[in-house]
Amino acid sequence: MSPELEQGLYVFVLATFVGLEVIRRVSPLLHTPLMSLTNAISAIAVVGSILVAGEQKTPLSTVLGTLAVACSMINIVGGYLITYRMLRMFRKSGKEKP
Amino acid sequence: MIERAIPLLYLAAAASFILALKWLSAVATARRGVIVGIAGMALAVGGTLLRPEIVSYRWIGVAFVVGTVIGVPMALMPMTAVPQRTALSHAFGALAAALVGTAEFYLRAPRIDRVTMGALALEVLLGFLTFTASLMAFGKLQEILPTRPITWRFQNVANLSLLGLAAGSGVYLVARPDAAWLFPAFACLSLFFGVLLIVPIGGADMPTVISLLNSYAGLSAAAMGFVLDNKLLIVAGALDGSSGFILSVIMCRAMNRSFTNVLFGAFGQVGEKDRAAGEQRPVRSATAEEAAGTLQAAGLVIVVPGYGMAVAQAQHKVRELYDVLTKAGVEVKFAIHPVAGRMPGHMNVLLAEADIPYDRLVEMEDVNSDFPQADVALVLGANDVTNPAARHDRASPIFGMPILEVDKARTVMVVKRSMNPGFAGIENELYYLDRTLMVFGDAKAVVGSIVREFTGGGGH
Repeated sequence: MSPELEQGLYVFVLATFVGLEVIRRVSPLLHTPLMSLTNAISAIAVVGSILVAGEQKTPLSTVLGTLAVACSMINIVGGYLITYRMLRMFRKSGKEKP
Repeated sequence: MIERAIPLLYLAAAASFILALKWLSAVATARRGVIVGIAGMALAVGGTLLRPEIVSYRWIGVAFVVGTVIGVPMALMPMTAVPQRTALSHAFGALAAALVGTAEFYLRAPRIDRVTMGALALEVLLGFLTFTASLMAFGKLQEILPTRPITWRFQNVANLSLLGLAAGSGVYLVARPDAAWLFPAFACLSLFFGVLLIVPIGGADMPTVISLLNSYAGLSAAAMGFVLDNKLLIVAGALDGSSGFILSVIMCRAMNRSFTNVLFGAFGQVGEKDRAAGEQRPVRSATAEEAAGTLQAAGLVIVVPGYGMAVAQAQHKVRELYDVLTKAGVEVKFAIHPVAGRMPGHMNVLLAEADIPYDRLVEMEDVNSDFPQADVALVLGANDVTNPAARHDRASPIFGMPILEVDKARTVMVVKRSMNPGFAGIENELYYLDRTLMVFGDAKAVVGSIVREFTGGGGH
């Protein structure tokens, strides 16, 4: 096993455990915002997309990369914005909306 | 020089994402969570833009603008459309991962080692199948496609063979990365499998499926992390993958079903025969006026919202009802079943949008002990999650599913369009109980007329 793969697997397994622990504690009340937030976070594919689009190695890779950046950007902008919008709607009894 | 700082930016981004999810655990800190999530993403994007490999920013800039122009309206959709919107954004996320995988393949093959090719194959397979599956889910949720499960003979065998074929060509590409001719076929098989995966799934199973697709989109991003040897992608992908996984487990448990059963069980095909049997039984029906009278006399009313409330867009009328009842001294609670609606947490968001305080929304486990004390359980567009058959009828397809025990309330009031059985086509014996009053009509119209009874016969 190459050291890169080994490290990668360690990171993956540990991050999965952290994810399971953290997300188990999310109140069911907020499951929809949770999904839209993780959706925005999974737009981290933008990192790979930017590299492929910006390296401009071949016309094909530039086209695919640009499309991928656009798709990721939709989720980054849309995902964070709608999560924030949803969370602003939640209020306790007797309190006005902030 | 600045490039040396990039790994640190990525590390900070990974930590921000974990904090974001941690702060999402409670309403009080949740908005802070979103802010730190945005900060994390800004660090990740900023760090990537600084990388020396990037020779031109032109197309990146164009894509940023296009993505923003499409992303903003998608964030401003009404809350009733949130399940569709979520499915659509899963599709975009998965497509991004699949496209990057495709580009990487053509840039690197055949000089690509087996481990990288394995990760790349996984990224492309998951990416493309999640892309089409999410589009299909979007179509069903938007009701462009028929929402009932569509099944045919040997469907499962056919689907599994197709998946086998796709996986097989992926494995072949790992063994022989020079077989570039196979890659388009591999991509097409993955795309096609995604379509077939969703065809037999009905609307009632959407909460599970949407969570599962959330998980796949994350795993695809994590696989990209292995291809690019980027730990930030691995962390973010793993977080997303585990979140989708937990939500699907919660959804499955709330329906007392297994993953395999959701994906291959085609819920809703059962119960066709007992539908005819129940149709003739008598029910007690009531007018809005009678309903208002019963509600006014109550001490505790528990409202049970379901998908029907979302379809009728009745949440704002429900808020008015909540207001008049609270003013009349009636205590009102909302009982939320985990799979009510079309995605996890769907009802909570709708009711919050209508300005109902979230401390009035009670989860299934906590609210079931309240039903025996409740004077009225008001069922608004919910069906299977209230069916007492789940407790005792071993022959029922929903036997064993945890339900909201509305039949324990003194009076059960069901607002429903007609006696047609719900999505799963299962007869609900709740409707034939002596203590049940059926109020027929559209949820929004009925709740509206009940409110008018309270406020003095209209004019408001």
